[in-house]
Amino acid sequence: MSRIDSFFKSLPQKGEKKRKALIPYLTVGYPSVAATLEVAPALVAGGCDMIELGIPFSDPLADGATIQRASHLALQQGVTPQVCLDVASKLRQMVDVPLIFMSYYNPILHYGLEDFCAASSQAGIDGMIVPDLPPEEGAVLEGLAARKHMDIIYLLAPTTTDERLRLIADRSRGFIYVVSLKGVTGARETLPPELEGFITRVRSVTAKPLCVGFGIASPEQAYRVASLADGVIIGSRILDIVENSDQPATAAEEFIRQVRKALSPYEPT
Amino acid sequence: MKKIQLPDKLGHFGQFGGKFVPEILVAALESLEKAYREAQRDTGFKQRLTELLRNYGGRPTPLYFASQLTEHCGGARIYLKREDLAHTGAHKINNTLGQGLLAQRMGKRRVVAETGAGQHGVATATVCAMLGMDCVVYMGEEDVRRQALNVFRMRLLGAEVRPVSSGSQTLKDAINEAIRDWVTNVDSTYYLLGSVVGPHPYPMMVRDFQLVIGRETRRQVIKATGRLPDYAIACVGGGSNAMGLFYPLAKDLEVKLIGVEAGGLGLHTKKHGASLTEGSIGVLHGSKSHILQDDAGQIRETHSISAGLDYPGVGPEHSYYKESGRASYVTVTDKEALEGFNLLSQKEGIIPALEPAHAVYYATRLAAELAKDQIIVVNLSGRGDKDMDIVVGAMGVQL
Repeated sequence: MSRIDSFFKSLPQKGEKKRKALIPYLTVGYPSVAATLEVAPALVAGGCDMIELGIPFSDPLADGATIQRASHLALQQGVTPQVCLDVASKLRQMVDVPLIFMSYYNPILHYGLEDFCAASSQAGIDGMIVPDLPPEEGAVLEGLAARKHMDIIYLLAPTTTDERLRLIADRSRGFIYVVSLKGVTGARETLPPELEGFITRVRSVTAKPLCVGFGIASPEQAYRVASLADGVIIGSRILDIVENSDQPATAAEEFIRQVRKALSPYEPT
Repeated sequence: MKKIQLPDKLGHFGQFGGKFVPEILVAALESLEKAYREAQRDTGFKQRLTELLRNYGGRPTPLYFASQLTEHCGGARIYLKREDLAHTGAHKINNTLGQGLLAQRMGKRRVVAETGAGQHGVATATVCAMLGMDCVVYMGEEDVRRQALNVFRMRLLGAEVRPVSSGSQTLKDAINEAIRDWVTNVDSTYYLLGSVVGPHPYPMMVRDFQLVIGRETRRQVIKATGRLPDYAIACVGGGSNAMGLFYPLAKDLEVKLIGVEAGGLGLHTKKHGASLTEGSIGVLHGSKSHILQDDAGQIRETHSISAGLDYPGVGPEHSYYKESGRASYVTVTDKEALEGFNLLSQKEGIIPALEPAHAVYYATRLAAELAKDQIIVVNLSGRGDKDMDIVVGAMGVQL
């Protein structure tokens, strides 16, 4: 069982109140490797349940302006997949929560799928999200990751047909990443009105944990999403906070604490 | 060649191709493929496209025997497939007419496209004007600067040109941004991709719309010479004009297929666009093919004097042709391309675009080494008007 599975399995299975997974995202090396090593443990101190570590890529076509800029800057600092692996193993010494890599496919493919899975597992990584790898192309990586007890987490989108919904739900491990909207990553003012219907549609075909990401930027939005799903993923907003604060670790911790608090009505005390 | 239909159901050409895209686009690609296959079976669609290609696009384009150039080289006979005479001055119109009609058939009112040199952007804006559709063209800021005239053309045709300032500010970044737009507006918008790149079904579909080039060439060269050519040569950026020429000749194993990539400032400088020659296998813009990448799997910045060849990837079917040995791929530098550009202008009174000037240069070198009974066909994929500023600059001329 992966560390991600253990997290969800450890939650109370019955009854109304169940801890919601709070999953912030950081681009590794933005604005510096030192900052990532400082901010990530602060996110855990603030109360997050897992951390997504973004491996920067030159052509992040599913990402909006914030993550594009962060990736570009990280690459300028010389952040490579190897640097990300090093950061992950350092973080693994500091925190116990599941660590998940978010990477476009090419950097891992170029590293070598098997080598990358071995190195990731060695570094204490628990799962991978590859936004440009649908299950039709993902079988090889899935197999290699499974051997190392890592989860390949697939994404679902509002455009996903019912037929594919079943395919993805079946193949995704750990949890299912539910893309909340039609668009790229980035903070939004409001949640898409169709979200509730969409999640209901997904829920009708799978009992696997559903974590919702893209566009979620505030504790209020997180609260509303958590009423529908098992977890909330927050990316661009965290990077905005890191970018705009003199003390990024403190600011990020405080933000996560607020989100955690906003989720508390759902959660056992 | 064995009778296998490529790509397969998942869009693979051997180990290449596929559909490496965010989930949000998968449904859109599936419905695009379905609509395309339905259109292919619809005689009305095919008739309308054929008629537009003829009366609007100017097809068939001629096959011209370049007698002066042949004499100058002193070897093989050189024929030019005159795609430069097609409407909008390049082969791009073949694809934009096809996809434009498909977009209309699918009920889309808004079209997005990317452009490098501006040729595909102009061809898209042209077709959108004719079909009454909204058109947004993404173009790298660097390209907006070096292709100012084409930017003006697109705006004149009613398109909105959006400069892209991310990354290297060239074609690859324009594709990223066009895809982001499509992801966001997927219900209303048709993404009109301009080359045989991208996720399935684009490499197949764009090839199919371009193979009119090779079909005509095959017929015309047999009519003119009584036989098939010994060589078919075309420049390769993404590779649509080359695939259009090669595909109908691929079964004719006696025809050697040669793709000419941008050697830029020289392969040793790393400033080039030679994905097949110098690249390695990777995934860019939704498909697996040869790409130019660094040790960490990041996409490298490229260089070519011709914006249309300034691209770090290539169509997956070209990768397949390279791996299977059906085609070979060579490079020609900026400087050599300019030589080809000058030579064709002076010997034949035809000013080529800088992209096919690469193919012309290679053909002249090859012709000189071959016997006089050999036949070379070069795809002259576009005309040179758009490149005047660049050539003026490269030649250090004061106007």
